[in-house]
Amino acid sequence: MSNERHTIVVTVNGQRYAREVESRLLLSDFIRHDLLLAGTHVGCEHGVCGACTVQLDGLPVRSCLMFAAQADGHEIRTVEALASPQDEFHPLQQAMHDAHGLQCGYCTPGILMTMTAFLDAHPSPSEPGVREALSGNLCRCTGYQHIVDAVLLAAERMRGAR
Amino acid sequence: MKPAPFRYIAARSLDEALAAKVQHGEDARFLAGGQSLVPAMNFRLAQPTVLIDINALAELGGVRRDAHAIRIGALTRYYQLEADAHVAAHQKLLGEALPHIAHPQIRNRGTLGGNLAHADPASEMPALVLTLGGRLRAKSATGERWIAADDFFVGALTTALAPDELLAEIELPNLPARTGTCFMEVARRRGDFALMGVAATVTLDPDGRCLETRLGYCGAGDRPLLATEAAASLVGGNVTASDIDAAATLAQRAIDPSGNQHAAIGYQRHLAGVLTRRTLQSALLRARQSAGHA
Amino acid sequence: MTTRYFGAPVKRNEDRRLLTGQALFVDDVELPGLLHAALLRSQVAHARIKSIDVSAARQRPGVVAVYTAEDLGAYWQPGPLLVPPPPIAGIVFNQRCQVPLAKDKIRHVGEPVAIVIADSRYIAEDALADIVLDLEPLPVVVDLEKALKDNSARVHDDVRGNVAAHVRQTKGNYAQAAAKADHIIRRRFTYDHGASQPIETRGVVAKWDGRANQLTVWDTTQAPVFIRNGLAGMLGLSERQVRVIAPFVGGGFGPKIMMFYPEEVLVPWIAMQLDRPVKWIEDRLEHFFATSHERSQIHDAEIALTKDGRILGVRDVFLHDTGAYDPYGLTVPINSQCTLLGPYVIPHYDSTFTAVFTNLPIVTPYRGAGRQHGVFVIERLMDIAARELGIDRAEIRRLNLIPKDAFPYDNEIIYQDFAPLGYDSGDFEPILDKALAAIGYDEFVRGGQARLREQGRHVGIGVACYVEGTGIGPYEGAKVQVQANGKVSLATGIGTQGQGHFTSFAQIAADQLGVDVRNVDVVTGDTDQFYWGAGTFASRGAVVAGNAVNEASLVVRRKILKLASEHFECAEEDLEIANGEVSIVGVPGRSVRLGELAVKANPMRGAVKPGTEPGLEATAYFGPPGGTTAAGVHAMMIEVDPETLTLEILKYVVVHDCGTVINPLILAGQSHGGVAQGIGNAFYEHLMYDTQGQLLNASLADYLLPTALEVPRMILDHTVTPSPLNPLGIKGAGEAGAIPGGALFAQAIEDALGLAQKGVELREIPLSPNRLWELLNPDAAALGEASPS
Ligand SMILES: Cc1cc2nc3c(=O)[nH]c(=O)nc-3n(C[C@H](O)[C@H](O)[C@H](O)COP(=O)(O)OP(=O)(O)OC[C@H]3O[C@@H](n4cnc5c(N)ncnc54)[C@H](O)[C@@H]3O)c2cc1C
Ligand code: FES
Ligand code: FES
Repeated sequence: MSNERHTIVVTVNGQRYAREVESRLLLSDFIRHDLLLAGTHVGCEHGVCGACTVQLDGLPVRSCLMFAAQADGHEIRTVEALASPQDEFHPLQQAMHDAHGLQCGYCTPGILMTMTAFLDAHPSPSEPGVREALSGNLCRCTGYQHIVDAVLLAAERMRGAR
Repeated sequence: MKPAPFRYIAARSLDEALAAKVQHGEDARFLAGGQSLVPAMNFRLAQPTVLIDINALAELGGVRRDAHAIRIGALTRYYQLEADAHVAAHQKLLGEALPHIAHPQIRNRGTLGGNLAHADPASEMPALVLTLGGRLRAKSATGERWIAADDFFVGALTTALAPDELLAEIELPNLPARTGTCFMEVARRRGDFALMGVAATVTLDPDGRCLETRLGYCGAGDRPLLATEAAASLVGGNVTASDIDAAATLAQRAIDPSGNQHAAIGYQRHLAGVLTRRTLQSALLRARQSAGHA
Repeated sequence: MTTRYFGAPVKRNEDRRLLTGQALFVDDVELPGLLHAALLRSQVAHARIKSIDVSAARQRPGVVAVYTAEDLGAYWQPGPLLVPPPPIAGIVFNQRCQVPLAKDKIRHVGEPVAIVIADSRYIAEDALADIVLDLEPLPVVVDLEKALKDNSARVHDDVRGNVAAHVRQTKGNYAQAAAKADHIIRRRFTYDHGASQPIETRGVVAKWDGRANQLTVWDTTQAPVFIRNGLAGMLGLSERQVRVIAPFVGGGFGPKIMMFYPEEVLVPWIAMQLDRPVKWIEDRLEHFFATSHERSQIHDAEIALTKDGRILGVRDVFLHDTGAYDPYGLTVPINSQCTLLGPYVIPHYDSTFTAVFTNLPIVTPYRGAGRQHGVFVIERLMDIAARELGIDRAEIRRLNLIPKDAFPYDNEIIYQDFAPLGYDSGDFEPILDKALAAIGYDEFVRGGQARLREQGRHVGIGVACYVEGTGIGPYEGAKVQVQANGKVSLATGIGTQGQGHFTSFAQIAADQLGVDVRNVDVVTGDTDQFYWGAGTFASRGAVVAGNAVNEASLVVRRKILKLASEHFECAEEDLEIANGEVSIVGVPGRSVRLGELAVKANPMRGAVKPGTEPGLEATAYFGPPGGTTAAGVHAMMIEVDPETLTLEILKYVVVHDCGTVINPLILAGQSHGGVAQGIGNAFYEHLMYDTQGQLLNASLADYLLPTALEVPRMILDHTVTPSPLNPLGIKGAGEAGAIPGGALFAQAIEDALGLAQKGVELREIPLSPNRLWELLNPDAAALGEASPS
């Protein structure tokens, strides 16, 4: 069976990568194991859990439901872009810390990549709006309440900073 | 859960995509949003040997409006439909149904064309396109044809598209004046496929009598279904509560649900009755509002 | 002791790494030359293996090795019994533990038959399709009652009637009590728990270093020390040659402690055989079969009461599905048996269970660990009793609560930790009062509900009580060390899966040692950092390891004071430790930094005096004399759509007493997460099997985990009854949130829909809109219109 390789050029977190990939390599595996950006997690590989969410040309998408080859010429952002280990947090990271919005933290990168985009588009969200936006990310630890609190807190602080 | 090997072709033009499909036939699949195809491949339930990626084909995207209809490119993604001014103004039914499809991240990728070509009988969009009397434009290397929604959905995950055909565009005719629409569904969680979903349109004549009604169902059989007899039963009258009850009973008989892990056949039938009543009531109210009768 | 951090909502030390994508999870381990494993798993539930042909798979390019049970030679052994049966008179227990790869016979869908090692997981999965498995299908054992019949097929050929265990425990004399009762209620209840489904699946990476003679294993386990010890034994190594690291673990909730999973046995051995590092990461599909569940029990229960609602006694006979093997002993059914007694005075109790082997995946504890089942039975009995005796359902509960002056309270029967079931301390009535007040119970029953009904709204309330035995032994330890840079390092042997141990342990040490909580570096789950320990289970991490941290910190504190008093030539009483330094009270400017003292404690010249040790360091262990008993009441208000039978939670109240609270923020998070799992268990999650033992909904699209839209905002409150069994007074809190969900849903739905008037009782969990429809329309359901499962 044909299984050829493709050369792709992808911009990830502002850095250009040229890599050769197998057709079937999932974008999630490419990001994690080829680019060694292991902050993007994998929980189901069928599009339900949201742990693998990254931003593709600015929009949150499931990286487990795309092939790396499809990312050729596109721009991707992962959790590693939000703040470097020494840098100041993104307001949502700070709010997640302050509101205890994470426990095991496995779902957290996907939630950050979903909800930072949401906050950019919805500076004054309601709680139902936040919950709706969050519904594509499963968290088994927190029961979501502190995550919702964190998103609302981040929104408030981001409005204040504007 | 890793997909089996395949050959990947990133089509740069529609012609290239169609030619590749002719060449590889049934072993090849178009790759649109990938939100149905890739999960199936990860489970190895689908093992196409060639994938023809159509995501770069700008000519397949976009929503246009003319005097009679809005025309939606097959590659238009759900989130684009949600934000589209034509859709918001002229196809409220679509706008009402879209948030029921999966979650934001999936709506950022999934396409209307991919959804219809996939033809999941529990999916909302096939039932909507059917209810709205849509037409679908199929293209192949040798030509193109229009297929009425009535003829497009052939069975579970099966459409009238020939192996060399691509779904290029969806046309939804404008709704007549004094029309109200409503979509409702029951799903286990928001974003899950519907256990039962009903789309209703009610068009009134200037005197407030029912001129036309359409009732479409998802999750009700091996394909999206219309309850034509139930809908016809309302035409010509003033549509009272008991008319609606009677129509709901007719609709319950017309559908053919098969039951699944989350819903027994009887429960699905029961839901069809409840939702038929509710969507009709709401569509009627909206029709009256738009006719100034409210 | 200063109380600067203890009890405060301290933000978590571990968050930064997790929030920036820098935390190491098992699948993040990358090693040069890493190979990848995939397992061939049985598609059928019960079959004899006639032959396995792996030759084609071995030929596939990129495949390095393929192993079957035969290839393991003497290494192939059934797993150990993790928890032996407790010392209960007359107990029957048939130990049948899981095997690394099925040999001769397959006993459940998903049981591994062969393992492929290849250059990538993709290729390893390709090769699975090359393996030819010839099976002779056998009749499948799924139904618990049929399994017990003599003519049933046998999961284990030598176990008649598929009886894994049979246990009877009694307190008082139920038969005599029942003879005097005014009222007896008998009912059958079924309770099905489910799968824990952490968002991170399991995984194992193993690396053999031939030069150092050292095996390193990264494992998503909740019990790294046990894995280390077990692996050393199986592989013929000494414990010091094996290092097991449970790095950041993406949720556990119980099933990540099953020991040994086949992959934990296979991957390290193969890494040694091939002298190459090997990684296996469970995928979500495998997770449904390869990780243990908690499933069904069927209870035939009976309660004897006086006419004014006092419980005289309870009798319960139940069946427990243990799956194809029983490596975890009887923990789950014993928890059900014990927790049924709840917060109530039940003078006479007669409980018998039979654990049954089935052709289904193994059952081991999942958050709550059988407690849900017991709570459901007693709480439903209370509801039915209230109705039949015409007593308010909150009142009948209050009437039977163990009074505050009755503690310690002895329930006489044996608990999962082998000790008699005693409640160390408690005061239950205030918990009930707070919950009732917060949900607005009085107003609701005195007219609020009726008014809503007049508006066409079907609103109901549920109120459920529970106790939870937590913080059991045997022991945990901690090592606390002041570093030369003044930071404190703290190591324990337990693994952590998000419970905030990095922070709560740091709080305890920081208070004792007068340092900033952020300057306490906690290491958990690395056997090279801490040698001894048991693991994270039974809501015990905070209680047992937390107290060990406290003990070790106290010793270090004494060493600091002693050394500083020598340094300043003053009495220890004149010294105070704060802000990372020791100073003389009332003498400004006379202080020494902890780091300096640490250096002093490890001098380059001069001898360490006999009887003392170098360094500011101590290791201490804590073994509680018995489990602590946490208690709580949850109350929930729901609105049901009477036609679609879907529902919305309008209000959810948790009032909990888990003794002294280390960190209220972390405690709130534990409660929220538990409640979400309880909601899932009660109304969304259901492992649906057909008669052939096939799971019909093995994906997260069909096994319905609650999302942010299904889980409501919760109102939390608590009371504090410190535990007398440990110096910190803490009780466990990890599982409580998940326990009463089923009881709440059943009661609230009955209430909302007025089901009592319709003669419908909800005696099963999980429920769903469809199931409610079936129960309300038995005729239609019987007409073949019921669901296929
Ligand atoms: C977690 C999750 C939840 C979901 N929930 C819902 C839901 O509630 N309701 C719902 O309706 N859907 C749901 N979906 C499916 C989603 O709507 C898909 O996006 C949609 O069904 C397929 O569209 P796609 O563009 O992603 O198509 P793809 O997955 O790319 O393709 C689907 C099929 O159509 C073919 N195809 C695609 N485009 C064309 C074309 N232009 N011409 C011919 N053939 C074509 C492909 O070859 C393939 O066979 C869900 C998906 C996920 C992952
Ligand atoms: S891993 Fe992609 S959605 Fe779960
Ligand atoms: S914090 Fe563990 S899954 Fe969300």
